[in-house]
Amino acid sequence: MSVRRGMRCRKCGAPAVINMPQHKLALCEEHYLEWVPARVGQTIKRFRMFRPEDKVLVAVSGGKDSLALWDILYRLGYAAEGLYIDLGIGGGYSAESKAKVEAFAAARGGLPYRVVDVRETYGCSIPELARRSRRGAKTCSLCGLVKRHIMNRVAYEGGFAAIATGHNLDDEAAVLMQNTLHWQAGYLGRQAPVLPSTHPHLARKVKPLCLMYEREMAAYSLVRGIDYIYDECPYSVGAKTIFYKELLNQLEGRSPGAKLHFYLSFLKAKEEGTIRFAEEEAVQMQDCRRCGQPTTAGDLCAFCRLWERPEMAVCGPADEFEA
Amino acid sequence: MVKLILRDKTWELPAGMTVRDAIKKAGLDPHAVLAMRDGKLINEETLTRPDDVITLISVISGG
Repeated sequence: MSVRRGMRCRKCGAPAVINMPQHKLALCEEHYLEWVPARVGQTIKRFRMFRPEDKVLVAVSGGKDSLALWDILYRLGYAAEGLYIDLGIGGGYSAESKAKVEAFAAARGGLPYRVVDVRETYGCSIPELARRSRRGAKTCSLCGLVKRHIMNRVAYEGGFAAIATGHNLDDEAAVLMQNTLHWQAGYLGRQAPVLPSTHPHLARKVKPLCLMYEREMAAYSLVRGIDYIYDECPYSVGAKTIFYKELLNQLEGRSPGAKLHFYLSFLKAKEEGTIRFAEEEAVQMQDCRRCGQPTTAGDLCAFCRLWERPEMAVCGPADEFEA
Repeated sequence: MVKLILRDKTWELPAGMTVRDAIKKAGLDPHAVLAMRDGKLINEETLTRPDDVITLISVISGG
């Protein structure tokens, strides 16, 4: 009777904890914990995201990707400071995610991070804001608007060279598939690992995990012992992204590496000019009179306009501008 | 038998198959989960043993 030895680490022959057919690579715990930061470090250099001496702001949600990203940047020696935005989402979601971020930073000798509490700063939480502004069905887009504003503000005020987010390959491939199926040329034209800054008040945005499979990031967090929030934001339940991720996983099952190839060949085709998206017409941008961030929508940006509605009288970004 | 657990769901399957086959038997996609046994991550080619309790971790998030 033959004895099945099981899958072994390619580097040392120890039992493998992960098999990655997309890279024809299986690794043990020790070598996996070396491989992931090395790959992320290569991605940062390949796309010229930021330099070793740059101050980087990491947007941390308490989830596996953003905490793993913070951990990796820290291990790679980058000056990475966390930014946690407390959205005030109920059911214990925001409270738990904040506790995960606090515990993560404390366990690493007190990593520096900032907290912006949406309710404290603006008078109401994201769910309250969604109700008041009658965008109940669009809580996620409103949340995105508020988070972008806060990230840009903190990056500007803190003099950060870039904001790093935890978007992984599956996130990017799912968005790419969705935008391709709808031929959203504007979005396709802008999708990239680096979004350069086009205005002093708009931070450079980078995605160091854009070539990392979501599965690889979850495995990294588990092996590294990162305690992340496992439950989803209650507002993201049934998100279309998940449907596209499942479709892409079916492709991956038939053809290992399909997701990586889809994303990388898109970036290559754009870079080489094989596919081109019409340049967006140069729209007149002006500085928002309240926050200074650029806007195309008159003298107030979309974020500051939120607070103009009469039903928002109890809220308001007073605190933000008092300092 | 082998016990497979994902969040609040449990499956009982015969031992001796690979983790990947067990995941498929449960009707799940092996790309969408990771498997842990005795608190350690195990690769999907690992053979299941009688009385194994395998915890599956969902890796897909929305947003």
